[in-house]
Amino acid sequence: MNSNEAPIIEVVDLVRKFGDRTVLNDISFNVHRGETLVIMGGSGCGKSTLLRHMIGSMKPTSGSVKIFGEEIATMKEREIGRVRQRFGMLFQSGALLASLTVGENVALPLFQHTERSADEIEEIVKQKLQMVGLTGFEDLKPDEISGGMKKRVGLARALALDPELLFSDEPTSGLDPIMTAVVDQLTLKLAHGSHMTAVVVSHDMTSAFRIATRMIMLGHGSIVAQGTPEEIRTSTNPEVHQFINGEADGPIPLNLSQDEHEHHQHVKPRPFVSARFRFHHKTP
Amino acid sequence: MVILLAAKLSAFFDPRVLSFCASAYRILKNYLQLNISLLYWILIAPFTGQFFKISPVFRQMVFIGVRAAPMVALTAFSVGVTLAMQAAHSLQQLGAEIYVPDLVMVTLLREMGPVLIAVIVIGRSGSAVAAELGTMKVSEEIEALEVMAINPVQYLVVPRFLAMLVMLPALTIFGNYIGVFGGWAVCTFALDFNTAGYVLRALQSADTWDLYSGMIKSAVFAWIVITIACNAGLHVEGGAEGVGQATTASVVQALLAMLVTNAVLTGIFFFAV
Ligand SMILES: Nc1ncnc2c1ncn2[C@@H]1O[C@H](COP(=O)(O)OP(=O)(O)O)[C@@H](O)[C@H]1O
Ligand SMILES: [Mg+2]
Repeated sequence: MNSNEAPIIEVVDLVRKFGDRTVLNDISFNVHRGETLVIMGGSGCGKSTLLRHMIGSMKPTSGSVKIFGEEIATMKEREIGRVRQRFGMLFQSGALLASLTVGENVALPLFQHTERSADEIEEIVKQKLQMVGLTGFEDLKPDEISGGMKKRVGLARALALDPELLFSDEPTSGLDPIMTAVVDQLTLKLAHGSHMTAVVVSHDMTSAFRIATRMIMLGHGSIVAQGTPEEIRTSTNPEVHQFINGEADGPIPLNLSQDEHEHHQHVKPRPFVSARFRFHHKTP
Repeated sequence: MVILLAAKLSAFFDPRVLSFCASAYRILKNYLQLNISLLYWILIAPFTGQFFKISPVFRQMVFIGVRAAPMVALTAFSVGVTLAMQAAHSLQQLGAEIYVPDLVMVTLLREMGPVLIAVIVIGRSGSAVAAELGTMKVSEEIEALEVMAINPVQYLVVPRFLAMLVMLPALTIFGNYIGVFGGWAVCTFALDFNTAGYVLRALQSADTWDLYSGMIKSAVFAWIVITIACNAGLHVEGGAEGVGQATTASVVQALLAMLVTNAVLTGIFFFAV
C-alpha cells in the first residue's frame, strides 16, 4: 500500500441510521490510488448504502466521507458535480434511462460533459460497448435487453468518461461465468493499464478474489474483517470463513426461522375454496 | 368553555392533523425549491455557460402539446356549441339573438378557453409527466443522472417546462378557434346568421385585452401545471404504488391551484381595474 500518497477515498467513523435502525455503524477505511477494493457481505447488510454515501447521494448521520481529498457529505450541489465527473458508478439495477437507447445511455455523459462531436462520441460509444461484449446493441431500448446486459451497459456508461475511480455495485450478478470473467478482466485491465481505482461490491467470491487487491467484509453494519485477499482467505474469523466458503451453518445470524415458517405456510396445500376466497379478498 | 377550547386545541394537535401539516409543508418546500432551481437553470445558468439543450424542448412540445390537440379540439368544439345554444336560449327571450356570437367569443377568450384547455392538459399531459418522472425516480434513474453530474432539473424539468409554457397558450389559441367554429355551427344551422354576420359580430365584440388576458392566464396555468407535475414526480417514494399516488395527487393539486388562480386572475383583470 503506497500510503505516502493521500488516499483517494477516506471514510471516517461513518454512521447512517434510517429512523432508529442503524444500517452503517462506525465504518472507517481508506482506498489508495490503483487499488481495487472489494466490499463483501450478505444481502441487506448495507453495501449499496455504503456506496451511496461514497458517491454523495446519501448524507451520513455522522462521520465523514472524503473523495479525492474533499468532503463530499457537506459539499454544495455544484461542487459535487465537479467531483462526480471524475468517477463512474454502476448501479445494482443498472439504472439505465428507459427513454433512451443503449447507445444514447452510454453517450449521455459524453454529450453532457465533453465538447466532442457526435461522430467522435459514436465511436467512443461503440468502443465502450465492445469492451463489455455488447457490439451491435446500440439501438435497442433498455427494456429489450436482459438484466445482465443492462448491467454491462451500465458499466459501459460508467466508463464512458474514462474515470479515475469506478464504483460498481454487484457488477457480475446476473452474468454467466464467461461474461463474469470478461467483466473481471476489464476491471483488471483498467486497474493495471490506466491505474483506475475501483470499489466493487460483490457476492461472487470467485470474481472477488480474482480482482481484489484489498477486501472488506461488512456484517451488522460494521466492518467484520479487512485485508488482502490472502489475509481474508486464510482468516480465522469464523464469519469470514463461513461467507467466503458459502456455508449455511456458522456464526452469521440468518433469521431463518421466520422465513421457514412462511415457506411452510405457502407450500401447505389449501382447500380450493379458501384459496379463491383469498384471491377475491386481495383483488380490489 | 375552557374544556371546549382545550378540546379544540387538542384536536388541532391530533397526530393526523400534524402529519397532514408536515406533509403539506414538505410539498410546499419542495415546490418552492423546484421553482427556484428551475429559474436558475433557465435565467442564470445560460450566462455561466451551462446551456440547456433545445432539441428535448421540441420533443416535449410534441408529447405535451401536439398529441393533446385532438382532445382539445373535441372539447373546445363541444363547448363552443354548448355556449351558443345556451346563449341563444336565454337571449331569444329578449329578442337579442344577435348577441350570441359576442357571448361565445368573450366567454371563450376570457374564461372557458384557458380553463378548459388547462383541464385537458392537466388530465393528459400533467399526469403523464408526473408518472414518467415518478417512474424514473423509483427506478434509480434520477439518482443515476445526479451521479453522472447531470442536474435532473436542467435535464428533465427545463425542457418540459418550456414546452408547456409554449404549448398551453398555443393550444388555447387553437381551442379558441375551434370553439368559435362550434358557435358558428349553431348560429348558421340553427339560428338566422350567415357566416359573414357571425364573424363580424364575433370580431367586433372582442377587444384585444380579452385575448391577452386569456393568454396571460394560460401561461400562468402552464407554469402551475408543469411545476406541480414535475414536483410530484421527482419526490415519489415507495415504488409503483407511490408513482400512482403521486400522479393522482399531481392532478388534484394542479386542478385546485389552477381554478383558484383563475378566480384570482379574473378578479385582477376584470374587477380591480
Ligand atoms: N432509503 C432507505 N430508507 C430506509 N431504509 C433503507 C434505505 N435504503 C436502504 N435501507 C435499508 O438499509 C439496509 C441495507 O440496504 P442495502 O445497502 O441496499 O443492502 P445491500 O448490502 O444488499 O446492498 C436494508 O435493511 C434496507 O432496508
Ligand atoms: Mg445492494
